Amino acid sequence: MKLIFHIWRQRDRGSPGRMVRYEKDGLNPDMSMLEALDVLNEDLTIKGEDPVVFEHDCREGICGSCGFMINGVAHGPLLKTTVCQLTLRHFENGQELYLEPWRAKAFPILRDLMVDRSAFDRIIASGGYISTPTGSAPDGNVIPISKEAAERAMDAAACIGCGACVAACPNASASLFTGAKISHLGLLPQGQPERASRALRMVARMNEEGFGQCTNIGECEAVCPKGIRLEVISRMNHDFLKASWAARQPATD
Amino acid sequence: MSATVAEEGIQKPQVLRFWSTTTGKKAVMAVTGAILALFVIGHLIGNLQIFLGPDQFNGYARALRHLPELVWPVRVILFISVILHIWSSIELAVTKSEARPVGYTRWKPAGSSYASRTMYWSGPIVAAFVVYHLMQFTFGVGGTPYNRLDTYGNVISGFRVPAVSLFYIFAMALLCLHLRHGLWSLFQTLGFYHPRHTPRIHRAASLISLFIFFGFISIPIAVMLRVIPPIL
Repeated sequence: MKLIFHIWRQRDRGSPGRMVRYEKDGLNPDMSMLEALDVLNEDLTIKGEDPVVFEHDCREGICGSCGFMINGVAHGPLLKTTVCQLTLRHFENGQELYLEPWRAKAFPILRDLMVDRSAFDRIIASGGYISTPTGSAPDGNVIPISKEAAERAMDAAACIGCGACVAACPNASASLFTGAKISHLGLLPQGQPERASRALRMVARMNEEGFGQCTNIGECEAVCPKGIRLEVISRMNHDFLKASWAARQPATD
Repeated sequence: MSATVAEEGIQKPQVLRFWSTTTGKKAVMAVTGAILALFVIGHLIGNLQIFLGPDQFNGYARALRHLPELVWPVRVILFISVILHIWSSIELAVTKSEARPVGYTRWKPAGSSYASRTMYWSGPIVAAFVVYHLMQFTFGVGGTPYNRLDTYGNVISGFRVPAVSLFYIFAMALLCLHLRHGLWSLFQTLGFYHPRHTPRIHRAASLISLFIFFGFISIPIAVMLRVIPPIL
């Protein structure tokens, strides 16, 4: 199987980049997109050129490391699939593929298809946690949680932080990611004490990182490899608006 | 659930902190958009009385002129809503353009509607239309014959000009698109989503915006087809 790649090549953060054309023949249709790039990189290495840099880790679709745009769609044309799980049989022989890195001010390009997503880590650090004594595991079922709340929290917690939502959004908004974290903790009893301050802090942090606004168009939901729904964004909005309205002066001694 | 104003240690009035976030500005857009949409529906119901004849329509216009205690508060609220709606949209347009300094060579929509992607086109064009619409029917400087006391006649003579009617129909098509996304999006922005109710809100938004489109364009079309006769 033959594919024609147009890949964004950029040496480092400060350098200008450009699209470079590569033809690769002899690919196996059962290979994943990342394996196709591995094979291409072997050729490039033998020729003495720099291999194409892309992020990857588990190659099982669960770690959130990999991801780039394929022909203008984050993670490519297959629904709920990361690029490591996207096999070449979903493309036609001889097809032209345009591979570009996630593009957002908050995701500076490190090299080629690899971007710096530590802005996501800083959003998490601003409020995506619960403050509780750690130690030995608590007894099971000490805190009653309804099946429905547990399932919905789990659905939101499925977010792997790959950044496809930001990449697909015309506004480069991180609302689906931030909403998923806020919903995941806000649906559980353990997340209640910090629910209001979490919403205020994480939304503020998301803005400070330079992500854009949410216009509810649904591109993020469509490309999310974990099927996170727009509902998490409305939960974020709800918690943020309620917390903004109810915020009080700090208590004094 | 509670938080303190000084949660982030920023000494800034809460209202300014609210406005400084994208979520806060979007909430302002949603509330002002809802107010403007309600006005549009009320305005349509008023306008459709033209099909009941000149006496009914001019009588309705006269009744409004004699109710300044109703008309002026509505005008003030609408004016404030328009200003806030446009102001927040401009600030968010800046945020949006800064959030992705380098674009993609290729980008393909995967799940968004045409209406949702064109809000920044439909909005300003509808705003430009509103300016002309006010010039034409409120201030009488739109270039078509105007008599303050004969609203019925103003509509007939205005819409007998094909360019005026065509611009009107075009603007209503864009308003319909704008509302098709805006009417459901505002619920999402204000924090309401429900797997059973949100699809209903989607359908209602489509139906209401189509009703608004066909309701408004029926008037210039009826005037051009001579279905609504001039007063003899």
